[in-house]
Amino acid sequence: MRDVLYLAWRYLVYHRLKTVILVTSITLIIYLPVGLNVVVEQSGEHLTARAEATPLLVGAKGSPLELALNSLYFSPDYPELIDYSAASEITNSGLATAIPLYVRFRSRSHPIVGTSLDYFDFHNLSIAAGRPMAVLGECVVGAAVAEALGVSVGDTVTSSPETVFDLAGVYPLRMTVAGVLSKSFTPDDDAVFVDVKTAWIIQGLGHGHQDLASPEASASVLNRSEDNIVANAALVQYNEITADNADSFHFHGDLAGYPLTAVIAVPNDDKSGVILRGRYTDEGATSQIVRPVTVIDELLDTILTIQQFIVAAVIIVGLATVATAALVFMLSLRLRRREIDTMLKIGGSRPRVASMLLAEVAIVIVLSGVIASVITLLTWRFGPGVIESLVLA
Amino acid sequence: MIDIQDLQFSYGEGDFTLQVPELAVARGESVAIVGPSGSGKTTLLNLIAGNTIPRSGQVSTNGQEVSGLHDAARRDFRIANIGLVFQEFELLEYLNVLDNILLPYRINRSLALDDDVRQRAAELAQQVGIGDKLHRYANHLSQGEKQRVAVVRALVVRPPLLLADEPTGNLDPVNKERVLDILFEYADDNAATLITVTHDHDILHRFQRVIDFKKFYA
Repeated sequence: MRDVLYLAWRYLVYHRLKTVILVTSITLIIYLPVGLNVVVEQSGEHLTARAEATPLLVGAKGSPLELALNSLYFSPDYPELIDYSAASEITNSGLATAIPLYVRFRSRSHPIVGTSLDYFDFHNLSIAAGRPMAVLGECVVGAAVAEALGVSVGDTVTSSPETVFDLAGVYPLRMTVAGVLSKSFTPDDDAVFVDVKTAWIIQGLGHGHQDLASPEASASVLNRSEDNIVANAALVQYNEITADNADSFHFHGDLAGYPLTAVIAVPNDDKSGVILRGRYTDEGATSQIVRPVTVIDELLDTILTIQQFIVAAVIIVGLATVATAALVFMLSLRLRRREIDTMLKIGGSRPRVASMLLAEVAIVIVLSGVIASVITLLTWRFGPGVIESLVLA
Repeated sequence: MIDIQDLQFSYGEGDFTLQVPELAVARGESVAIVGPSGSGKTTLLNLIAGNTIPRSGQVSTNGQEVSGLHDAARRDFRIANIGLVFQEFELLEYLNVLDNILLPYRINRSLALDDDVRQRAAELAQQVGIGDKLHRYANHLSQGEKQRVAVVRALVVRPPLLLADEPTGNLDPVNKERVLDILFEYADDNAATLITVTHDHDILHRFQRVIDFKKFYA
């Protein structure tokens, strides 16, 4: 058997281009349906697990998918905004706990999640180092963010401007890392958590600046009257909240009208959940309530349908490839007639010569199977992340 | 060594018929077979080797009537007793020189490939001047080198009978003499029988007997 395998291997090595083409083709035939299935199943499990853990989401009327993807996976596309009062209304109803979400800004590629401390309890997130954010300008970073940015407690992270072309736009805010979360293997690992008010400061809805009443700020005063002071562009605005300037930070207007991307509603019980959902059925309502698991199931159904089409196409292509490979093998046998005759004339046994030819096929199939398995394992390990990033992109 | 009685062979319903009423070749004898193309010289070699089965008559090689053996036994007999040298060398392009020489050991389990065999193969290759080319692919060799590889492949199993079908047909004079020297030297050293089909009348003087095949062709 060793000799048969040796001869078969020498043949395949000598005709390496042909071998590589055959192995690649068969590898793809094996891998594509299996790998696709692994990716879809894994991604489905990841997406569904997160969705199942979030009972209800309240957001502006629009795409439920966009609302769910932004709220659960922090996708860059954020939905229409709702007022902070939506969270208060849920709390005041006594039917559910409301956790505000404002997922709009980023620190480099990492989403900044404006929320409340309830979010950590709700998702069972534990602090690995430091403490939760306590004052404006502090943040808690996910484990992956800490690793990627190389930050730990006491370091700072900076919000990224939404656009570099808007000179009057949002300026970056430098935030102090108050804590680092333990790894949870969820999108939370990749997020920077701040209090929702800090998120509003990032947007510029709240700000801090020099005290215009102080003598140092006299050059920044454009107009001063008894009950009002108008500043000019020389006024120094703070881009970091420190103990020294924290008191200068303030918000204008009613916070109830400040923006959120969504509110996570955690009903007290099933009945409360049903009642709460009933309150958003009014056609004239400007907000909606969705069950994330339903939204994600619909998304997965769509993916599954696409997957079935792809698998069907792959099977057809696979059959054609197998037929072509068989044809190549048979043609190869005809071309090798003289070589086979020589071996038989010398005294080679028919079973041995036949085994050698079959061993060539077997080696190609086994090689393809091994490579397909390795790629499938890599897909199993990294595929869901890739798919999630594609879905959320 | 070889005893042929009342041999008759024809291809299908064709006109060609080979008839050999009697032919005997002694052990250690060297015989050249000459004759026009299509007279059945190669067919006779195939009949002696058991690659072709006669329609009637007997072909006995080394005391064994090869045509009476079943296919597997015939191949086992052939690989152990007969060294075949082809005009077109018939080397496998995907094997290097050493693997081509050792091919008989890899394609029939009745022969065992061990270190002694490998050493013998290397020594034979050294003797015929290709010892430094053992790891080259066959198609990187000159015609003369290829034929020497083919000859060593035939000799490596130490067969008592060598059948060579125009072994010098594709060679220049220098390589022609070299290949013949190898064959005759082996035959002399091992008391082996050498039967060669040839069109080359310049080499006939080296053989103990020359058989003109015209008389067997009907």
